[in-house]
Amino acid sequence: MSGPGSKEPTPGRSAAPITAVPVRYPERWVAAGIILVLAAMFVHMLFTNPAFNWPFMLDNMFSEPVVRGVWVTLSATVLSMVIGVVLGIVLAVMRLSGNPVLVTVSWTYTWFFRGVPRLVLAVLFGNLAILYSTIHIGLPFDNYWMPWLGLEGDARFFEIDARTLLTGYTAGLLALSLSEGAYMAEIIRAGLQSVDKGQTEASQALGMSKSKIMRRITLPQAMRVVIPPTGNETIAMLKDTALLAYVPVTIELFYQLQAIGTRSYQIFPMLVAACLWYLAITSVLMTGQYFIERRFNRSGRGTARERIVGGAH
Amino acid sequence: MAEKTRDHGEQEAAPETAEGAAAPGDALVVAENVHKSFGRLEVLKGIDLQVRRGEVMCIVGPSGSGKSTFLRCVNHLEKLTAGRLWVNGELMGYRQKRGRLYELRDSEIAAQRSDIGMVFQRFNLFPHLTVLGNIVEAPVQVKRVPRARATERAMELLERVGLPDKANAYPEQLSGGQQQRVAIARALAMEPSLMLFDEPTSALDPELVGEVLDVMQDLAGGGMTMVVVTHEMGFAREVGDSLVFMDDGVVVESGSPAEVLSNPRHERTQAFLSKVL
Repeated sequence: MSGPGSKEPTPGRSAAPITAVPVRYPERWVAAGIILVLAAMFVHMLFTNPAFNWPFMLDNMFSEPVVRGVWVTLSATVLSMVIGVVLGIVLAVMRLSGNPVLVTVSWTYTWFFRGVPRLVLAVLFGNLAILYSTIHIGLPFDNYWMPWLGLEGDARFFEIDARTLLTGYTAGLLALSLSEGAYMAEIIRAGLQSVDKGQTEASQALGMSKSKIMRRITLPQAMRVVIPPTGNETIAMLKDTALLAYVPVTIELFYQLQAIGTRSYQIFPMLVAACLWYLAITSVLMTGQYFIERRFNRSGRGTARERIVGGAH
Repeated sequence: MAEKTRDHGEQEAAPETAEGAAAPGDALVVAENVHKSFGRLEVLKGIDLQVRRGEVMCIVGPSGSGKSTFLRCVNHLEKLTAGRLWVNGELMGYRQKRGRLYELRDSEIAAQRSDIGMVFQRFNLFPHLTVLGNIVEAPVQVKRVPRARATERAMELLERVGLPDKANAYPEQLSGGQQQRVAIARALAMEPSLMLFDEPTSALDPELVGEVLDVMQDLAGGGMTMVVVTHEMGFAREVGDSLVFMDDGVVVESGSPAEVLSNPRHERTQAFLSKVL
């Protein structure tokens, strides 16, 4: 090889910096101008259109039932996500178990709950008490096998009135968390499958049991893949709690805001209030998600180096 | 540095040598007509092998010859299709009762495996744990060794593989050679009576091969029983007690390394060695 490559490297030679006329894009400025005018028209409308009725909105947005509704929304989000994640782990492990019954049950569950809209689920669970007026806890099929064995009575230990158990809130929470379980199952399955097979083999070679390998090796590594979409799911779930209004859950945020709007014929300001409340809460969640992901990436890979190296000094 | 680790190894592994001497000549691994098929593809076509206690056996052969598969059969990462395999007098993966074979439970297989260390071509360290975490994981979780004692032992092992200052590093911060040395320390932490090496230097940059081979040589010097699948003929010749040449799922030739390497009797061995030596 000859040419520049074969020369001795000569570091540190100076050169004059490039000064060139940049390319101009006038059409971009035209587009920006048009959009600015449209934006100004929109802001003007916000302040002048009386239908917004800002004072009314501000007066009612922070009223006591609305603030209580915010707490209901937050608690429903947290609870349905927690149940959803636990359910998702179980379903994902079932799906990957290799047992045909478990695989089929998991697949069917996911198919059903991903296939039915959450709004329909919410209304369906709200009417579940039609199916079961009372809920019995006991041995299954007792009405068949007890007479067959010549036994009298039943094998039910206690019963609950469905209308006490399946109150609006429980029914709605059930609908949301069961549905979430199906989505989380897919996310967690993808996470588990993303972990290299060599990890399992190395753990097996060390004599670790299957459950230990799952808990100590596979799941922690799957988390890196699972956490970002779970953050998105949490934010989506917060918005979907508005569906509880159709169960109906009367103490819920959206229901309360709508109720105030209907009662006072000020429907639009209250819908805007709903937008603002959901925007505010999702913004907080998004900020939280940003920090969680940043932190998680650090402990997982890459910047762990900085922590160690930094700590050594 | 290599000299230093060697000294350490000899001191530490002394009891193992004594143990080996107590039962001279008896076989730690016995493979009898081992067959393994993946679907219709027959990878192992009847392997008969014996590894004595304290012996270092190197298995060489072209890729696809079944040497890695055989190694994975030894600790039951792969189920045999036919034949029998004993380690330490125990039938791997099965219990034989009145002429019938019963599969062992997962926990029983795990117990058998915990006595066999394995080092992989691609290291397979746990990326979410520190070097120390990697080494103490199995002793603490499987053997229920108190964490403090496991940590103490882990530090000794790190000293032995020449990485005492890397205890708190994460695997990805280490070079390939360092990762493989940690992987060896991790396997040794379970105090196995047999170590399996599956092409331990094949994924390494050439300049890092030596440091791993040094650790393995030190281990061999300490009396560890080792089965090493490798392409490092120099290691096989210097450290190995026996050499097995495999091709197409069968053992073509075996014997002392010097004998097989310098005077191969079989045509296929000659053809292979002419390419790699």
